[in-house]
Amino acid sequence: MSDRSADILPVRQSMGGISDQLTGIPLHFPVERRWLIAMLFASLLLLMLMVSVVVLFAEGVGIWGINIPVNWAFAIHNYVWWLGIGHAGTLISALLLLTQSEWRNSLNRFAETMTLFAVVCAGIYPVLHLGRPWYIYWMFPYPATMDVWPQFRSPLEWDIWAVLTYLTVSFAFWYTGLIPDLAAARDRATKRSWQIFFGITSLGWRGSAAHWQRWSQAYRLTAGLAVPLVVSVHSEVSLLFASGQIPGWHSTIFPPYFVLGAAFSGFAVVSIIAVSLRSWFGLYNLVTDDHLDLLGMVLLATGLMTAYGYVFEVFDALYSGDAHELQTLADRLTGAYAWTYWGAIIFNFIPLQALWWREVRRTGWALLLISIAVAIGMWLERYMILVTSLYRDFLVSSWSKFTPTFWDWSTYFGTIGLFLVPFLIAIRVIPLISIFETEELLHEEKEKTHG
Amino acid sequence: MVERVYGLLAEFDSPEALTAAARKARDAGYRRLDAFTPFPVEGLARILRLPRPTISWAGLIGGFSGGGFALLMQCYTNYDFPLNVGGRPLYALSAFAVVMFELTILFSALSMIIAMLWQNGLPRLNYPLFAAKRFHLASKDRFFLCIGAEDEKYDEEQTSAFLQQAGASSVELVPQ
Repeated sequence: MSDRSADILPVRQSMGGISDQLTGIPLHFPVERRWLIAMLFASLLLLMLMVSVVVLFAEGVGIWGINIPVNWAFAIHNYVWWLGIGHAGTLISALLLLTQSEWRNSLNRFAETMTLFAVVCAGIYPVLHLGRPWYIYWMFPYPATMDVWPQFRSPLEWDIWAVLTYLTVSFAFWYTGLIPDLAAARDRATKRSWQIFFGITSLGWRGSAAHWQRWSQAYRLTAGLAVPLVVSVHSEVSLLFASGQIPGWHSTIFPPYFVLGAAFSGFAVVSIIAVSLRSWFGLYNLVTDDHLDLLGMVLLATGLMTAYGYVFEVFDALYSGDAHELQTLADRLTGAYAWTYWGAIIFNFIPLQALWWREVRRTGWALLLISIAVAIGMWLERYMILVTSLYRDFLVSSWSKFTPTFWDWSTYFGTIGLFLVPFLIAIRVIPLISIFETEELLHEEKEKTHG
Repeated sequence: MVERVYGLLAEFDSPEALTAAARKARDAGYRRLDAFTPFPVEGLARILRLPRPTISWAGLIGGFSGGGFALLMQCYTNYDFPLNVGGRPLYALSAFAVVMFELTILFSALSMIIAMLWQNGLPRLNYPLFAAKRFHLASKDRFFLCIGAEDEKYDEEQTSAFLQQAGASSVELVPQ
């Protein structure tokens, strides 16, 4: 794909123009009204989350629809969904940096920002699900007066290390990439408050050649670490399921299946954000139709790989010949929750096929609609994996149903507010497209055209 | 007249003009050179003879300490509070691998970024060059070469003339 990047940005624009355009977004915010309306909507969702959490802490997890045997439902289901969305940000910025696919330069900043806040949304769910969330510190190894330690042979303990590491490394990587752009915004700022804000956050960056050299090495090596980290984090999440002997979970396909599904849903959300932001801020010169084309291709490819996971999951159950595995398979295809299975198949893979056509990939609204379908489809898939495996337990006497309550839904929609509020703040105060990487790419392109 | 001088700052229009001037300055015997650019310019480090960065070593050391720490921590907690779970081994390396991997990455990434900032002398609030009038363009679309006043060959008039000759569009004296 890297050879296509040769002319991904229109060369008839100047470096200074790009810098002014991008630093101008936080410094002279162009769409204040629309931003305020979006912020109001997002804040209401966040408020709903706060109310739901207060009620949850006061009443306990009984306000949710979970019960034996379905005692893992929305909390873990949305945790996996959010975390998966986050992974695309790291993949875009780190993996494509290493493969020198420079078309990433217009997308990586907001994709990484998306990662950060999606991981936060994911991270709060296991805490809410704890039942006694004030004992969260029991997860950490500290010399307790009770003389006990956390159990490191349990996937539930691995989880907190994986998620916290992922959050910290994502933040560090994001911030490292942001420093030169914060310096650019500092140098363009004319208002005192912005000068102070960017002056402090840019850490005194001055673009010295020696600094750039160390910075590049640190940035590239961190990217090199971030790629296996993404794979490890979602593999670890899948081990929460696969390590148990529950039919429908206990399968070796789970780690790759989860990682690919994560990338799939994440690229869908990146496409949603890319299409929205470029029409919102008029960034057609930086997020071009070529970018959407490439995003569409990646979406199609990861979607087909996820579809392979579906096929192999069915094969796995059939090949095992285990009675309970076969029963779970039948439950998925025709049981009470068959709508989640077929919903996932339809939303994930039917609209996706339109991406085989170049015109569709290059049309913003079409890519947007397909991506929304994928986000819904992947949400249904996580629902299906959770509930269909659990509601018919090994013990027939404990078979039961799961129905989400009002508080399940309010917490879930509330986390969308938890995602949107900091994301909107971020696009308000930081350059939402990497300035120096775009300039660098533009310079390389111009050099090529001049000969 | 400024008392103490940081150096002379020359402005160029393109990375190519900057690298050409840097090469000339190097050939002319200047050693206290630094360049300031809006994005990393290829080949500049080689022309300025900057030492190879050692960030990777920080990452390697960080990675080993993270992995080692995670292994010791998990072994110790299982030693101090042995829990027999269905007869499975207490010191289960396959189960410890996940946290070991995570902490290897965490320590390695953080130590590289901290090493990068540390060696760059960041964060700092001010720097003499920020006083230069046109220096704010170094983060936009101008490329600067600075010859430090501590350079043995430094002479205010001669060096200034040299930079003009090398194609600088402006040359500015930066106070310390």
